[in-house]
Amino acid sequence: MTEKIKINLNRVSMPKQEPEVRAHNFNEVAQGYTLEMAMEEAIRCIQCKKRPCVPGCPVDIDIPGFIQAIKDGDMPEAVRIMKDKNALPGICGRVCPQETQCEEVCTLAKKGAPIAIGRLERFVADWERKAPDSAVSRGGGRGGFSLPTGRINSPLPFNKSAGKKGSPEGSPRRVAVVGSGPAGLTAAAELAKMGHQVTLFEALHVPGGVLVYGIPEFRLPKEIVREEVEYVKSLGVDLRLNSVIGKIETVDELLAEGYDAVFLGTGAGLPMFLNCPGENLNGIYSANEFLTRTNLMKSYLFPEYDTPIKRSKRVAVIGGGNVAMDSARCALRLGAEEVYIVYRRSRKELPARLEEVENAEEEGIVFKFLTNPKRFIGNDQGWVTGMECYEMELGEPDESGRRRPIIKTGSEFIIDVDMVIVALGTTPNPLIPSTTDGLETTRRGTVVADEETGKTVKDRVWAGGDVVTGAATVISAMGAAKRAAADIDAYLRGL
Amino acid sequence: MYRILHREDLTPNTHLLRIDAPAVARKAQAGQFVIVMIDEVGERIPLTIADWDRAEGSITVVFMEVGKTTQKLATLHAGDSLHAFIGPLGKPTEIENVGTVACVAGGFAIAVIMPIARALREAGNRIISIMGFRNKDLVFWEDELMAVSDELIVTTDDGSYGRKGLVTEPLRELLETNKDVKRVIAIGPTVMMKFASRTTEPFGVKTIVSLNPIMVDGTGMCGCCRVEVGGKTRFTCVDGPDFDGHLVDWDLLITRQSIYLDEEKRTLDIWSKQQVGVTGCSII
Ligand SMILES: Cc1cc2nc3c(=O)[nH]c(=O)nc-3n(C[C@H](O)[C@H](O)[C@H](O)COP(=O)(O)OP(=O)(O)OC[C@H]3O[C@@H](n4cnc5c(N)ncnc54)[C@H](O)[C@@H]3O)c2cc1C
Ligand SMILES: Cc1cc2nc3c(=O)[nH]c(=O)nc-3n(C[C@H](O)[C@H](O)[C@H](O)COP(=O)(O)OP(=O)(O)OC[C@H]3O[C@@H](n4cnc5c(N)ncnc54)[C@H](O)[C@@H]3O)c2cc1C
Ligand code: SF4
Ligand code: SF4
Ligand code: FES
Repeated sequence: MTEKIKINLNRVSMPKQEPEVRAHNFNEVAQGYTLEMAMEEAIRCIQCKKRPCVPGCPVDIDIPGFIQAIKDGDMPEAVRIMKDKNALPGICGRVCPQETQCEEVCTLAKKGAPIAIGRLERFVADWERKAPDSAVSRGGGRGGFSLPTGRINSPLPFNKSAGKKGSPEGSPRRVAVVGSGPAGLTAAAELAKMGHQVTLFEALHVPGGVLVYGIPEFRLPKEIVREEVEYVKSLGVDLRLNSVIGKIETVDELLAEGYDAVFLGTGAGLPMFLNCPGENLNGIYSANEFLTRTNLMKSYLFPEYDTPIKRSKRVAVIGGGNVAMDSARCALRLGAEEVYIVYRRSRKELPARLEEVENAEEEGIVFKFLTNPKRFIGNDQGWVTGMECYEMELGEPDESGRRRPIIKTGSEFIIDVDMVIVALGTTPNPLIPSTTDGLETTRRGTVVADEETGKTVKDRVWAGGDVVTGAATVISAMGAAKRAAADIDAYLRGL
Repeated sequence: MYRILHREDLTPNTHLLRIDAPAVARKAQAGQFVIVMIDEVGERIPLTIADWDRAEGSITVVFMEVGKTTQKLATLHAGDSLHAFIGPLGKPTEIENVGTVACVAGGFAIAVIMPIARALREAGNRIISIMGFRNKDLVFWEDELMAVSDELIVTTDDGSYGRKGLVTEPLRELLETNKDVKRVIAIGPTVMMKFASRTTEPFGVKTIVSLNPIMVDGTGMCGCCRVEVGGKTRFTCVDGPDFDGHLVDWDLLITRQSIYLDEEKRTLDIWSKQQVGVTGCSII
């Protein structure tokens, strides 16, 4: 006879800035749990024997384990468990689409109240950041734990003490990691901890990839990214900014100049446009440009920062993913009176994180579903003034499994706008494939690599993250990088 | 940090900087550009590579003061450093032996056409250069360009030096009289490149221009630099900067260059006022 467990279905909500207030500033929207809130939420976890939540996480975090540690009030232990598998918990806790990953498969999800795993993860990461000189962050001491040194298949992520120890026998091997987004940072950290000499090349003047140029400050404070990058550097990774591989050096030159292996984590940074008339009018931005100006170049602080951005009154954002939500919410914060999200499918198909869709709605963003642009209208000076759209309806499911949107004939109508942001998605930049001998790419421009090992068809070259999958998620890029690092390590040890 | 090794004033508002950047110098080719950031709050602006010294590991750029960033850049001296310096970006200019090439440059672009003229000449071409300035005070590098050319024509808008008029006039005469000119390279202000392309079109002489739209990353990531060439959208930073001048939608380029006029004016005004304060203090 099993005793009936009393289940508490009151998910502890996280304090947020009020919508009217946050719509006008770039400060972080969600404020995080207090210790009491975290305890209250952790206590709800019923510690399922079968641990269904764990396979929901692409990097296999011991979720019941760290939640139990919170319950026990043993925060150093919670941090240790977390960092055992995840390098960037402060980032993932904030940006993972938990509702389709770990929280979706939580036993309590069936009752509509999954444990808020992401919020707890964020709490643990923030606790560690705030704990001054925490023993945990130095990887030893107080918690009294010791971690095995990095071995193949149990890559020991982000244990600072594991640092430069545990070098493979013989002279250290050199690895070039290209791109400092979540994939590159993870691969670099893993390989450094395994004892290899890692150089991390980044094209931009700031490391972090989409975490710094795409995702806005109000969702992911740049200070958190900066600290995670500092940590990766502290492992001995040599970070070289302003280095566009393919231009300053090609992959083949890196291999010829003494790097034993190369990992490509160059993301999917090439913006797609609609190819419809009027797309190059003034006032029409790609989401990449709009977000790069706003976040990377900090033009929301113009003229304190030199890079300008247009501040418009009526803005239409085309697309329904995280990129569209972020663009819309940035436009609002830059002073727009009316912001539309124009999406060709319906609410159900929105690919963005649920939490961000809700946040956007609370802030007053207007969703125009089943709508798709036909052309852009401009004035004599070449500025966009309107957008002619079709109404759409959903037909049979397409190859992505989602119902295909079809144009309703004769349904054209015009939306007046003075800015348009095109957030249709991105594909990998062709620069590296076009300058590297023998790298195979797909029709979508992604680099072909083994799903399990990240190995490309080219000798000594691995790849992972968005450059392989196309635009995906932070945690999936990290998972791919970890698997590739393990395979690279195995290869280097065999040399 | 990228140290400035040398600075020179070519005219009152055109300056040359030689910058320590060995990795860029190793790869630089004629026609490519760099992105420069003065400090952490600065803009990323593109500047063409005017010269390089692989042994010294340096890159030379020449720029004209137009707005805040270039005016701020003009306040730097040898020994100062730049926050970021990224390159070599863009495709190199196609260098092939076609016979005779006319190199047409206006203003600051005299400096950036130099390595192209030199490379074309080394490839065996005969080089006829035409350089245009607004007036005599702005003329620079006449001897330098002559050294890489077989013939040189200088024009000033007001006739204070060389021939009076715009570069397009000697260009037209040249095409009328010299049937050997197989290619024209035109670099300078957008309007000059537009009219140079208009001038050569009736003669059917292939004309290469180096476009200068507003940029951010310079690596193909933002789409800010998009232009229309032959009816197709192209990204200048990765597909160019060189394009066939006869196929460029010039009016679109000019319109897109004006996107931030209001903001540029505002930030320049604020900065200029601060500069007055700064100089005032240093005098006292
Ligand atoms: C606006 C926006 C919001 C998002 N929101 C979320 C979210 O909430 N949750 C989530 O999980 N995911 C989100 N994503 C997706 C997520 O950010 C990406 O899937 C993830 O960043 C991919 O990581 P990556 O390391 O593969 O590539 P990137 O993060 O793109 O990093 C690639 C890096 O490589 C550099 N690089 C490229 N080419 C070169 C070269 N030739 N030489 C040197 N360096 C080079 C780039 O400059 C960049 O820094 C969002 C994406 C965007 C754009
Ligand atoms: C590939 C490329 C190579 C370039 N090479 C050089 C070079 O070698 N030397 C040089 O002096 N300049 C060069 N430019 C132009 C240079 O980048 C701009 O002059 C500079 O960005 C202006 O910045 P600012 O803040 O000083 O002026 P802003 O305040 O940005 O602009 C002031 C005025 O200049 C105009 N303007 C702005 N951007 C440009 C632009 N890209 N081209 C033309 N006019 C512009 C504006 O419309 C405005 O009227 C190049 C541009 C490109 C795209
Ligand atoms: S990393 Fe993402 S998927 Fe994994 S437990 Fe944390 S929030 Fe869930
Ligand atoms: S499935 Fe949910 S309730 Fe069960 S252990 Fe995981 S987090 Fe706790
Ligand atoms: S400058 Fe961003 S794509 Fe060319």
